[in-house]
Amino acid sequence: MFDEPQIDLSPSVADEVKFTTCYMCACRCGIKVHVKDGQIRYIEGNRNHPVNKGVLCGKGSSGIMQHYSPARLRKPLKRVGERGAGEFVEIEWDEALALAADWLGNIRKTDPKKLAFFTGRDQSQSLTGWWAMQFGTPNFAAHGGFCSVNMAAAGLYTIGGSFWEFGEPDWDRAKYFMMFGVAEDHDSNPIKTGLGKLKARGAKFVSVNPIRTGYSAIADEWIGIRPGTDGLFVLALVHELLHADKIDLDYLVRYTNAHWLVIRDDGAADHGLFARDGDGDHLCWDASQNALVKAKKADVTPSVVGEFKLPDGRLAVPAFQLIAERYMDARYSPDAVADQCGLPADQIRRIAAELAEVAFEQQIELDVEWTDWAGRKHDKIVGRPVAMHAMRGISAHSNGFHTCRAIHLLQTLLGAVECPGGFRFKPPFPKPIPPGPKPSGRGAAPMKPLAGMPLGFTSGPEDLLLEADGSPVRIDKAYSWDAPIAAHGLMHMVISNAWKGDPYKIDTLFMYMANMSWNSTMNTKGVMEMLTDKDPSTGQYRIPRIIYSDAFASEMVSYADLVLPDTTYLERWDCISLLDRPICEADGPADAIRQPIVQPDRDVRPFQSVLLDLGARLKLPGMTNEDGSAKYPGGYPDYIVNHERAPGIGPLAGWRGPKGDEHGRGAPNKNQLEAYVDHECFWHHDLPDDQKFYKFANLAYLKFACHMGFLGASDQIVLQLYSEPLQKFRLAAEGHGPNQPPDNMRARVKATFDPLPIWYEPLEESMVDKAQYPLHALTQRPMIMYHSWGSQNVWLRQILGRNKLYVSTAKARELGLVDGDWARVTSHNGSIKVQIKTMEGVNPDTVWTWNAIGKRAGSWTLAPDAPEARKGFLLNHLISELLPTKDGARVSNSDPVTGQAAWFDLRVRVEKCEPGAEVSEPQFEPLKRPPGVAAPPSINRYGAKA
Amino acid sequence: MTSLPAAPGEKRLGLVIDLDTCVGCHACATNCKEWNTSGHSAPLTDINAYQAEQRGVWFNRVFTYEAGGQGGEARTVHFPKNCLHCEKPDCVTVCPTGASYKRAEDGIVLINHDLCIGCKLCSWACPYGAREFDEDEGVMKKCTLCIDKIYNENLPETDRTPACVATCPSKARHFGDFADPQSNVSQLTRERGGFDLMPETGYRPTSKYLPPRPGKRAGAARLAPVEQSMGGGGKFLRWVDRVLSR
Repeated sequence: MFDEPQIDLSPSVADEVKFTTCYMCACRCGIKVHVKDGQIRYIEGNRNHPVNKGVLCGKGSSGIMQHYSPARLRKPLKRVGERGAGEFVEIEWDEALALAADWLGNIRKTDPKKLAFFTGRDQSQSLTGWWAMQFGTPNFAAHGGFCSVNMAAAGLYTIGGSFWEFGEPDWDRAKYFMMFGVAEDHDSNPIKTGLGKLKARGAKFVSVNPIRTGYSAIADEWIGIRPGTDGLFVLALVHELLHADKIDLDYLVRYTNAHWLVIRDDGAADHGLFARDGDGDHLCWDASQNALVKAKKADVTPSVVGEFKLPDGRLAVPAFQLIAERYMDARYSPDAVADQCGLPADQIRRIAAELAEVAFEQQIELDVEWTDWAGRKHDKIVGRPVAMHAMRGISAHSNGFHTCRAIHLLQTLLGAVECPGGFRFKPPFPKPIPPGPKPSGRGAAPMKPLAGMPLGFTSGPEDLLLEADGSPVRIDKAYSWDAPIAAHGLMHMVISNAWKGDPYKIDTLFMYMANMSWNSTMNTKGVMEMLTDKDPSTGQYRIPRIIYSDAFASEMVSYADLVLPDTTYLERWDCISLLDRPICEADGPADAIRQPIVQPDRDVRPFQSVLLDLGARLKLPGMTNEDGSAKYPGGYPDYIVNHERAPGIGPLAGWRGPKGDEHGRGAPNKNQLEAYVDHECFWHHDLPDDQKFYKFANLAYLKFACHMGFLGASDQIVLQLYSEPLQKFRLAAEGHGPNQPPDNMRARVKATFDPLPIWYEPLEESMVDKAQYPLHALTQRPMIMYHSWGSQNVWLRQILGRNKLYVSTAKARELGLVDGDWARVTSHNGSIKVQIKTMEGVNPDTVWTWNAIGKRAGSWTLAPDAPEARKGFLLNHLISELLPTKDGARVSNSDPVTGQAAWFDLRVRVEKCEPGAEVSEPQFEPLKRPPGVAAPPSINRYGAKA
Repeated sequence: MTSLPAAPGEKRLGLVIDLDTCVGCHACATNCKEWNTSGHSAPLTDINAYQAEQRGVWFNRVFTYEAGGQGGEARTVHFPKNCLHCEKPDCVTVCPTGASYKRAEDGIVLINHDLCIGCKLCSWACPYGAREFDEDEGVMKKCTLCIDKIYNENLPETDRTPACVATCPSKARHFGDFADPQSNVSQLTRERGGFDLMPETGYRPTSKYLPPRPGKRAGAARLAPVEQSMGGGGKFLRWVDRVLSR
């Protein structure tokens, strides 16, 4: 008989188990961290956490290797050589902060907008934006402008919430789920868990994506659409549904502006605006009384078609009629759009039929009594179990705002927004449409805070941030006629504009967690040159000063004059605030904190505390007491607990008030962080069942939202299928009002500010020679790396350490390419050399690669010959931040409505080339390791028994 | 040569892996790595950690490939692979030192690193590629089914499950006792047509794979338009008399 060895089945796992929040991507899952002998032993998902409910993805599970990365910065650095050469000396924090305060203090005393403060994957934007406001610069934004502002703005201007952070599919009840575009970028675990639930329940999952990877692999149906044509496809579905009368008209008149009357008076200054009565209330036609009545009135019988006379004798039509007139037109028929979309018309017709069948034949009802906004009780909640989701794939096109609005139109016509089985809002959403407040920035003056936060929502030309001469207030030209609804700013334009001095020169660029000299910028090589370019007349850098904060030796560090080293996510306090980008779920609001799991072993400080320290040194109003002392001497945790944005409303909603028993509103509680730690570092309120659906028109929910400070009033929030703010901008372009676009922008504003969703060819595609650049080029977001590339993680880089260019087998044959060939990929902006891999699951007019896998040699403490640098590559070199205009005008490569970076509009040609050294191009001089950062080990024995 | 237990144990522990819901996120791979690198087989060494030709010891690996046709006809498959804790594992019987063994009690296949001479015969014997050679330590390592987690009395009972199963976001992995016909894994295998990987080898894997569910059938081909035979704006007429209530 074989003697089995004795093994220890119950070894001690941890000396201590602490809860906190993951930061390996933007998903912000709850984690449980096991610490043994002062080292991180194991990180697992927190079973009780509302976001991930115990699971943890490939990134979150690799957090140990992020935390112990050899690329961690160790001490503040001051540049001593030429910018970009990577020559630094270590300095003490006092010197670093004094230097920064000196630079910034001079700017504040003279012209505060000469500070451009842009943060990247920042999860503390309610602090960083407020800091910019107190400093007095309008030039603040985080990375939303190049990430997802099309998706966010389209949602907020249409339905009062949006995909991902402000809403989610009803994973537990949906019977039909459509996912548009690459979605492996955000909401990592909830989507994976949701797809698992859908499949287990037998719901149908349809993925609309030119590329079948990731989630699309398990879709019941893959629709390999041509990039940038999703809007046409969706509007063809709308066409089919309207013709078949498979729309929920009762839902539309109850919850949307379908019945609101729109003035039809072509050429008038109010053409296309809503008809209003003397109180300023919207009007509709009540068919039972044959009279104009207030559209918000309950118990009327609104007409949705017809032409009605207004008291002044002019005509008006219901918004729905405009919708029907437009989308029932033959130009939106499946036959008309099929070729453009690269899809068979029959497939489009069938998808429309399936949507209608599920929405209307498989209706679900919950036996839950609820009360609507007008006080009427209903004995059940009706659901149309069709859910949808879209993210970067839709956002990153220059027609993405309208495409996303088209998706919301489709959902709404089906009655599938905020109902069981449909798309559901996550409180504090829905918000009024569009939400307040407006952006601030006009009248920036020395030593003066702005009147409000730099970012906000414009409702018409009067809200734009323009100087008296019509020039943009902001360095990124957000809220100018270039991008009137630029709710997240245009981070991708900051360096280019500052370098060019268009609209003006700046003094200091201050950035956090934004790798703008590599994967986070368009035109990478060009931007690297801009960062080091000097004005020959003065010998000074065109961007005079750059301050950068990062935890790691990223590509951007080399371009900074002053580096403020940040901690890792396991060494800090943080708050995931309802004031910022919440982690709520549809069943109720939630917020969370991070707590330090271990103390830093380096001379680094958490960026948010550094920012508050700088604020106190600069004597910024919100950060300084009357006697000049620091208001938050305890740094960020002090601010988290004691800061109030409005009376009783602070960064965290849980355990407020003197006794710590108030939620939502309440005085600061000095023991609040302890209460969070005691509750696994999150707060969550589960809404009662009668408040969980139809939140925009649910009296009990609306009252709760007022109490919590989510809403200012408990009025019904009416979904805006027809968007009056868009029409206001259009009227200006047509020559109405005091604020009008310059002549060279009129046609573009008129065309793209359509009050109903439209489709137009992506801008780059419409400007380049399609014969010369016949292919679309995209990136997909690898779900094992996305938002985690910063770590250059020992484990993750073994899974994906280099990228190739994927080409359809059929197209490769045409181009004479086989697996392993090297090819030159050329766009109007440049050329790169890459290695080819063929595949079946890709639209034949599309080539693609994984995002952000290529690294610059020497960065992140990787060996210079690491495959990330030698074989990997970025598509970014090919993407210009400017459109190839015929007259050379500087027009950003962005959505003309929101300024969203149009990464996915790229057109290229692919040609086989000689492999040569089998190295990707371009290659750059290897970066030097910053001082104090040691050479990485070649063998990782993490966990080896001592 | 090493012998197997004379009779199957009371328990036959293993995994069910659902190919219908695996999205290829590698959570199983990295969560396994972080548990096990400090666990029973510590460390799961990485060679050339930050250099070229990076490689290391992994107990779970996820392979992604396309199969079955061209263009839209093909299917993209995410295929997680790890030790299947076979009933008749040649990787054990070929072991010249008795380092590889199958536990009598629960069928888990383990390696006694004190006896392993790194001859790699076991990795040649395993058709599933589930054996992982630690170049640094010169010994073979492999999936332990988280033996130091599933029985660990220092952990709450709910956490006594393999790391790959606990962490899987799409619930594509399940852990249980195949000797118990009522266990979750036995039931899933029955209901979903769970299958053995490469049954022709005769190793009788304990762990099973669930095939992709048959895709949802396409619905009706098209909607019937409700067009009426009026000219002009006639197509809107059907909505004119609709009595809607706000």
